Amino acid sequence: MSSKPRIVITGLGLTAPNGNTLAEFRANLLAGKARIAVIDVRHMGPQPAGVCDFDATKWQKRKEIRNGTRVGSISIFCAREALGDSGLDWDKVDKSRVGVYLGITEHGNVETENEIHNISQFGNDTKYWTHHHNPRTVANNPAGEVTMNMGITGPHYTIGAACAAGNAGLIQAAQMLQLGEVDVAFAGGVSESIHTFGIFAGFKNQGALGAHEDPTKASRPFDKHRNGIVISEGGAIYVLERLDDALARGARIIAEIAGWCINSDATDAVLPNPERQTECVRMALQRAGMKPQDIHIVSTHATATALGDIQECTALRAVFAGCPETRINNTKSFIGHCMGAAGALELAGNLPSFDDHWVHPTINIEELDPECALPGLVINQPVKVSRVDAILNNSFGMLGINSALIVKKYGVA
Amino acid sequence: MTKEDIKQVVLDIIADIAPDEDLTAVKPEVRLRDQLSLDSMDFLDIVMELRKKHGIEVPEADYVQLASLDSCAEYLHPKFEAKGK
Repeated sequence: MSSKPRIVITGLGLTAPNGNTLAEFRANLLAGKARIAVIDVRHMGPQPAGVCDFDATKWQKRKEIRNGTRVGSISIFCAREALGDSGLDWDKVDKSRVGVYLGITEHGNVETENEIHNISQFGNDTKYWTHHHNPRTVANNPAGEVTMNMGITGPHYTIGAACAAGNAGLIQAAQMLQLGEVDVAFAGGVSESIHTFGIFAGFKNQGALGAHEDPTKASRPFDKHRNGIVISEGGAIYVLERLDDALARGARIIAEIAGWCINSDATDAVLPNPERQTECVRMALQRAGMKPQDIHIVSTHATATALGDIQECTALRAVFAGCPETRINNTKSFIGHCMGAAGALELAGNLPSFDDHWVHPTINIEELDPECALPGLVINQPVKVSRVDAILNNSFGMLGINSALIVKKYGVA
Repeated sequence: MTKEDIKQVVLDIIADIAPDEDLTAVKPEVRLRDQLSLDSMDFLDIVMELRKKHGIEVPEADYVQLASLDSCAEYLHPKFEAKGK
């Protein structure tokens, strides 16, 4: 990608179940603090879930919150926080040259389920179906809500990419910046999935919904006794710019997008394919001009399903054998699976490693599954390393979508 | 239900759908749109809440009757009476 403009991260805003700022999120990752609640899911009762507690009224009027969606509020909060973090002089930014590209796993289930429930209280008479349904459920909703809140007149849309969506949003933004379509991009991933019972019921009936008497231990990737996914909400939105533009305005550069790949298994709707995952990671490395040894942290996608974790470990073993300096971790063990936000949040929690040289662990491993025993796996306690120059962020999703995104410390050759 | 009661019913609905608005000084004779930040979707919300909470139907041709609190009261009063309210 050397012939194309270099793309850098200059701002970040997030909400995670265990933090509403990067500092808070990072501190909890290093301290081993998970935060998973038990919520009452319609038709299903109590279920573990990751719940965000950001203050939506910080950036939205109450009417905006009422008329919009939960994921719209998550997106606006993250985008506004990212803007503040970026140091952009917003009044002087040409809003027609700003794009919003948000990854989503799904959208519309929450509102549709709510309305089906609503009209069930009125004999299923559709004249009680809200006129807000369509603007709330169009697939571009979360990105569109951001543009309306912030007065952005450039392009906006969402990228539907199952649980690879967080990476996909960032990749889309990088590509649009390289093409010159926009000068500033707000990009990442968002999810409101805890508010739809269908996601819970679907995973439950697939035998893939995590459970534990202690909800903070329900999400336990790589543990021998893992039993499935903990569903969470959240968001992480980045400000991306071309390097030259960022330097020209004296921006603080958080990291550089070094390379990426998205590919497809073309094999099974739900069971991942380690061969395609391996190809995805290798292609991302090739495009970044890197060798496996250059990656110091691999942020895994592992969701704590019985087979999925093993498949990813198989792929990583193939690529990173003989890489003693490559550490491997996982964020879902702290916050569950934030679906469309997962990849973007999981990358965010690792970015401070470029400066503090700590690698946060994967937690909740009481008995490591031998099939997941990767040499570089950071288990239960953070480790201090001599340097972190590059992070590989894996995010995979249903229908066999794989994504690998590599970011590197700015200034490293 | 008196016309004053009906005005309060409408104000209560507006308080729900436009929670940022200060409703303490709404003038009953002035168009709601001229004194509050309300759009067409908000008026559809008023219609929906009248339907849900009070069983009152407002045909689309009559939406104009909801322009002000006074016109709401005039228009809705016989409908509430017909409901025995």
